[in-house]
Amino acid sequence: MTETPLFAYTLRLADNALILGHRLSEWVGHAPVLEEDLALGNLALDLIGQARSFYTYAGEIEGKGRDEDALAYLRDAGGYRNILLVEQPNGDFANTIIRQLLFSAFALPYFEALSRSKDETLAAIAAKAVKEMAYHVRHTAEWTIRLGDGTDESHKRAQAALDELWPFTGEMFETDQLERALIDTGIAVDPASVKARWSQTLDEVFEEATLTRPRDGYMQSGGRIGRHSEHLGLILTELQFLQRAYPGAKW
Amino acid sequence: MSLAPTMVAGEALLERARKAAASVVDPEIPVLSIADLGVLRDVQIVDGTAEVTITPTYSGCPAMNLIALNIELALEKAGFEMPRIKTVLSPAWTTDWITDKGKDTLRRYGIAPPNGKASRRALFGEDEVACPRCASTDTVRISEFGSTSCKALWRCKACAEPFDYFKCI
Repeated sequence: MTETPLFAYTLRLADNALILGHRLSEWVGHAPVLEEDLALGNLALDLIGQARSFYTYAGEIEGKGRDEDALAYLRDAGGYRNILLVEQPNGDFANTIIRQLLFSAFALPYFEALSRSKDETLAAIAAKAVKEMAYHVRHTAEWTIRLGDGTDESHKRAQAALDELWPFTGEMFETDQLERALIDTGIAVDPASVKARWSQTLDEVFEEATLTRPRDGYMQSGGRIGRHSEHLGLILTELQFLQRAYPGAKW
Repeated sequence: MSLAPTMVAGEALLERARKAAASVVDPEIPVLSIADLGVLRDVQIVDGTAEVTITPTYSGCPAMNLIALNIELALEKAGFEMPRIKTVLSPAWTTDWITDKGKDTLRRYGIAPPNGKASRRALFGEDEVACPRCASTDTVRISEFGSTSCKALWRCKACAEPFDYFKCI
């Protein structure tokens, strides 16, 4: 391993944003109503925009001439460091909304903390993302309440999505040696420091949504070190198709 | 004393660059200049050519590439060779940077300008938005997300027209 901790850390942030953004983009043209189609497209755009900034910076840190496109289009699944939650299939609308709530309720306080990072570039990208994530939390919280406290069917589906996705939330709070060093020097954020806020946001939303918070049990892990579910490979097949079929193709 | 004419020439050059850069409009809202939008952050003369600094409204704003290209074209037209465009993220753009003239332009174009200061309170509270057509505040939000990242969909209950609202961030 020749890569630096800062490169690996920035890549994790970038991969989370890109893969979740890509997942959301799959809804474009398929959402239940036009307004929601636009909304999910907008959320996707925010995430992909954040990913571009993180990738560009990761490329600069690495210093080997890889730009945002090289990092996004020319790495295989094993090279991706995103958490498993963001690569989970969209499922039904409830599934997509719950996944998004679980992630953005974490990302908002996390980016708030990262905007105070000693690394100026990470701080700047995070400060920009904070404003966007606030909208993501609000939008998904509103939908979670509407679905959970809606019809029997929507309640059942929202609860099922929550139960299914809960084991993927543990990975958000993991740290490893690589990240520890960056946390100690004030560059990375200690995810433990935002867990209380994440938890509180969710409890408030679940209560209004009449949803039951699942118990913490076995938690899925591995994405951050490149061990992924089968889903990621399928995402990359579509995401990277053009560059794989026509290497170096430009718009 | 011999410096004076050079300084005057330098000022004139900078003024020409500023004017050219400020003439570029937002491709999504073609009546609003990037200066009035607050996207144009700085114009300088470096090594005899213009260096322009811009900042995106949203991380994923797809208009940024076109805005950068249009600035380049405007500067070349104004006689600057190989102008440079720099994109900065910090400080993060806020709707507070839209000028009063910009807000007025938006309203006349049919887009309700952002309301008040972009504090966290504004972000989480329910805004009172006046209809850009009939000025009634009897309006309702249809969706927080609209045709572009920076806009939300609203409807006026007085004149029944739907309209875009420029989100306050």
